[in-house]
Amino acid sequence: MPLAWGAVLAVMIVPVVLAAFNPWLAYRNAAYIVGGFAGILCLSLMLLQPLLAAGYLPGLSPVAATRWHRRIGTLLVAFVAVHVGGLYLTSPMDTVDVLLLRAPTPFSVHGFLAMWGIVITALLVVLRRRLGLPPGLWRWLHNALALGVVVTTCIHAARIEGAMGAASKAVLLAAVLMATLAALLDLRLLRPIVLKRRARQGF
Amino acid sequence: MTAPFYNRRSFLITAGLAGAGALQWPIGALAQAYQPTQTMRGGANNYRPGAPLVDKLGNGFFVRGKVLRAGDGAPLRNVRIQIWAATTLGGEREPRNHGSVLTGEGGQFELEMEQIVPNFGQPHAHLAYDDADFKTVFLRPVMPSASDTSVTADFVLAPA
Repeated sequence: MPLAWGAVLAVMIVPVVLAAFNPWLAYRNAAYIVGGFAGILCLSLMLLQPLLAAGYLPGLSPVAATRWHRRIGTLLVAFVAVHVGGLYLTSPMDTVDVLLLRAPTPFSVHGFLAMWGIVITALLVVLRRRLGLPPGLWRWLHNALALGVVVTTCIHAARIEGAMGAASKAVLLAAVLMATLAALLDLRLLRPIVLKRRARQGF
Repeated sequence: MTAPFYNRRSFLITAGLAGAGALQWPIGALAQAYQPTQTMRGGANNYRPGAPLVDKLGNGFFVRGKVLRAGDGAPLRNVRIQIWAATTLGGEREPRNHGSVLTGEGGQFELEMEQIVPNFGQPHAHLAYDDADFKTVFLRPVMPSASDTSVTADFVLAPA
């Protein structure tokens, strides 16, 4: 149990600490640094979301895991706002270009997609009851959005030359992608098959 | 059965490629005739018009290029090129990172400044031609590596 937690926390925290020691930070203003790290923290926290959703983290009850999944989801929304806001304060023109899909950087469109994916996810969570979506449909919508957000975030992060170290970023990206794919396959494919088989056998 | 080395399909593909190649020839020749440089996406971001003429803005990093006239490619001398970038002095809006230089006899220019550092995810410079004689052009060359100590951008200017 401590081994699993240690590995997850190391993969999450080491890239953030290494980024904090990047010499380029000395040449940036506070808004840029805060905005940049809000993005890095989003990527780091994204590793926890699928692990919590699928119940892979040992020592957490399903209720506690769900509660943390929601709290971290709220944090992701807040950090996206800080990320975009910090970049806007640093260079309004560059940030508006991204939001209007006319920026020269090839990774900015993936940041744009990830941001809107997170916003739509949050809206669906808030309006879940009011919309009266059937639980099955809601799960598939939430999972499809989550996959889209994770993939676009990873492409966005991978192509940015910034404060993060290349190796620790690659490890974190691989971990986030693998955890997301594993949780989705497990929750939406494997577990339903097992449940159906058990039902047929009369358990 | 072995795959034939040469058949009707491969002939058609080869003939098609050769035809396309022949069509490309005059287009390639036209491109030699000094087409005006197009403004790059995001090139004008954080532009501060009227950057002062400077000998240099710092040490160790060089922004270089040449300025030619559209059509005949004649070098243009005494043309003002404005340059700015995020460096170790600060971001693109830092006034100490903005300066202008004039082109020499061969239309070439060079500005020494502090090391350019990645900004908004890419190490890049900004250059502007924004005076009366020719059409305004903003360039935003990206350095292949953040550890590069120079970046090059050329202008081909069309009359205003």
